[in-house]
Amino acid sequence: MSAPVALKIENLHVSVGETPILKGVNLTMRQGETHALMGPNGSGKSTLAYTLIGHPKYEITEGIISIDGTDINELDPCERARLGMFLAFQYPVTIPGVKVADFLRHAMTNIRNPDRKEGEELMSMRDFRKELRDTMNELNIDAEFARRYLNDGFSGGEKKRMEILQMTLLGPKFGILDETDSGLDIDALRVVSEGVNALRADKRSFLVITHYQRLLEYIKPDVIHVLANGRVVRSGGPELALELEKTGYKDFIAAAA
Amino acid sequence: MTDMVKRKASEAETALSQQFMQARDALPGNTAVAELRKDAFGRFDAAGLPTRRVEAWHYTDLRSFMGTALPAAAAPDNAALDVAREALAALPQPACRIVLVDGVYQPALSAVDASPQVSVTALDDALAGADAQLVRDLTGDGCGAGDAALDLNAALMGGGAVVDIAAGANIEAPLEIVSVATRRNDAAIFARSLVRAGSRAAATIVERHILRGDAALQANNALVIRTGDEADIAHIWVAEGQGDRQLHIHSLLATIGDKAKFSSFGLLDTGAFARRQIFARFDGAGASLDLSGLALVRDRDHRDTTLVVEHVHPNCKSSEYFKQIVDGAGTGVFQGRISVSREAQKTDGAMKSQTILLSDDAAMYNKPELEIFADDVACGHGATCGSLDPDQLFYAMARGLPRPQAEALLLEAFGEDAIDRVANEQVREELTGRLRHWLAGRTA
Ligand SMILES: Nc1ncnc2c1ncn2[C@@H]1O[C@H](COP(=O)(O)OP(=O)(O)OP(=O)(O)O)[C@@H](O)[C@H]1O
Ligand SMILES: [Mg+2]
Repeated sequence: MSAPVALKIENLHVSVGETPILKGVNLTMRQGETHALMGPNGSGKSTLAYTLIGHPKYEITEGIISIDGTDINELDPCERARLGMFLAFQYPVTIPGVKVADFLRHAMTNIRNPDRKEGEELMSMRDFRKELRDTMNELNIDAEFARRYLNDGFSGGEKKRMEILQMTLLGPKFGILDETDSGLDIDALRVVSEGVNALRADKRSFLVITHYQRLLEYIKPDVIHVLANGRVVRSGGPELALELEKTGYKDFIAAAA
Repeated sequence: MTDMVKRKASEAETALSQQFMQARDALPGNTAVAELRKDAFGRFDAAGLPTRRVEAWHYTDLRSFMGTALPAAAAPDNAALDVAREALAALPQPACRIVLVDGVYQPALSAVDASPQVSVTALDDALAGADAQLVRDLTGDGCGAGDAALDLNAALMGGGAVVDIAAGANIEAPLEIVSVATRRNDAAIFARSLVRAGSRAAATIVERHILRGDAALQANNALVIRTGDEADIAHIWVAEGQGDRQLHIHSLLATIGDKAKFSSFGLLDTGAFARRQIFARFDGAGASLDLSGLALVRDRDHRDTTLVVEHVHPNCKSSEYFKQIVDGAGTGVFQGRISVSREAQKTDGAMKSQTILLSDDAAMYNKPELEIFADDVACGHGATCGSLDPDQLFYAMARGLPRPQAEALLLEAFGEDAIDRVANEQVREELTGRLRHWLAGRTA
């Protein structure tokens, strides 16, 4: 018996301004599954990720996205996060003046208590500190980062680790990793992959966007999709990544055009 | 050229004239002071309340803001003193505190003897025996000369305090100058205080304006700080207490001695109308000045920061750093003029104003100006004005923060960056608390 559907994307069309970028994406993921999304530069992978999490710049002109059977098209990013969605950004945003620890305490409080009213207390400082320290330890992140401003002056790899730290602390039901592997050194790649694998569970699903077969050796996907020119042009098992490694995308681009 | 057509006086201008004529003989001070008042009022009377046509008041048309001139506040009675006592009880207890109630210095409510390095005289007493030096000090030796609000204050001043900080004194805890307006009747206050910091003295001066009651208030206050050679003085200005019917003009006159350091931070977060004007001048070489502030504006409130810094000696450094958050139908104004005379070689000046507008009806007017006559200087200015960064907002929301919380977090960081210019940690915490309180009021 197959698990319930976690994410269903039906005929999704997305535009930025007047420019259509996604042109009819269909994709279904079941609970507990991990899918990989590959495809050439500019094919729309990040656009799909941003759209899933509700970035206001990306306008859905057609189609439906549902999570656990609920249509989320109209939900704002915060409501989606509270439903358990999480996007590890390809380019994490820098927020000077906001300390990592303060940001995380707000995020964790809200995610764990979705019914929280404005102005209610944040989670206890003691519990928060302990959990933060332990998790940073596991992910091999220097405790000093908690006191720095969010991503301010962080190296590319450090930003990616920060994303995984946040994902681990927030424990999403549905995680999207947008090229989290690019910019990571070999050790960090292993730590991050272990972090993701540790989160993988019956009820959790992950969509991993990557250009590299190497990541998929650590995080073994159930299904691989190829996105080209705003459409999923092929889906298959792990062997598809190996094939792409050899042939590149030229056939897909030709097919999608 | 001489026969300028005299404009028709407004109701407020007429009332102010009458007020001055009736009060002039009873106003405190000897003949030197009477002369000063007469000259000041003469200038005010000739020019009238400033309108848009006066460059320094272009965005704050005082003549139209001030429909009427309220009568001077009565000397505080027992009921007023009780109100003040209650207000003071809510404050942290500093080692040294100078209290004015409705503009009048109250030795009984003040605490100064704990600190023998500070001496305080009631302004009225000082004016009674004013010599040329006191007159010079009290007018900041010409700082801000010609400003209409300052002239009005000089003409009608009374009640403040003269504070002397001994040379070499190192005052650890903040020295507070607390001004309580009890607002039992619609009234005006014209207080002026003077702080003379001796050479090598070091102190933090917190100037608080506390509003109680709910009658209308027109406060036109001035503080003169003369920072002696090699002294190190930090000044912080805060006002608290809400009220629509208030008009608050505050002038800071600062002169900075040889190799001295002076800083001033102002938090403008309450009241319907506030203008903080700063006139600063270097009186020696190798000195530094740091002016900063945070204005929080909403509803239909109007907050104006206008400053003039005069570099007239070589090797001085000045920095001006101001931030504004404007919401609702509020209006913010920042005007800064840095002038560098021919003598002021090697001047280092940097002026910056940053604003976040939170609504379509919010307005911000920025006018930074540099006026440079020396050739070997490094001066710059910049002004930005925009909304919250949409990518930062999206990122925070994508991590579960509802929009108001995400905004508050970003705004707090924005404001905190200005508050960080305050060196005293205890004061900084208080200011941060007030910023949070203001932000919480946005979503409540
Ligand atoms: N905000 C935007 N404004 C304008 N164009 C955009 C915007 N976002 C995406 N695009 C365009 O949409 C297309 C898809 O971009 P997207 O970032 O989704 O690609 P991608 O598949 O993630 O590429 P990469 O592998 O390089 O990360 C590109 O042509 C890009 O220039
Ligand atoms: Mg991308």
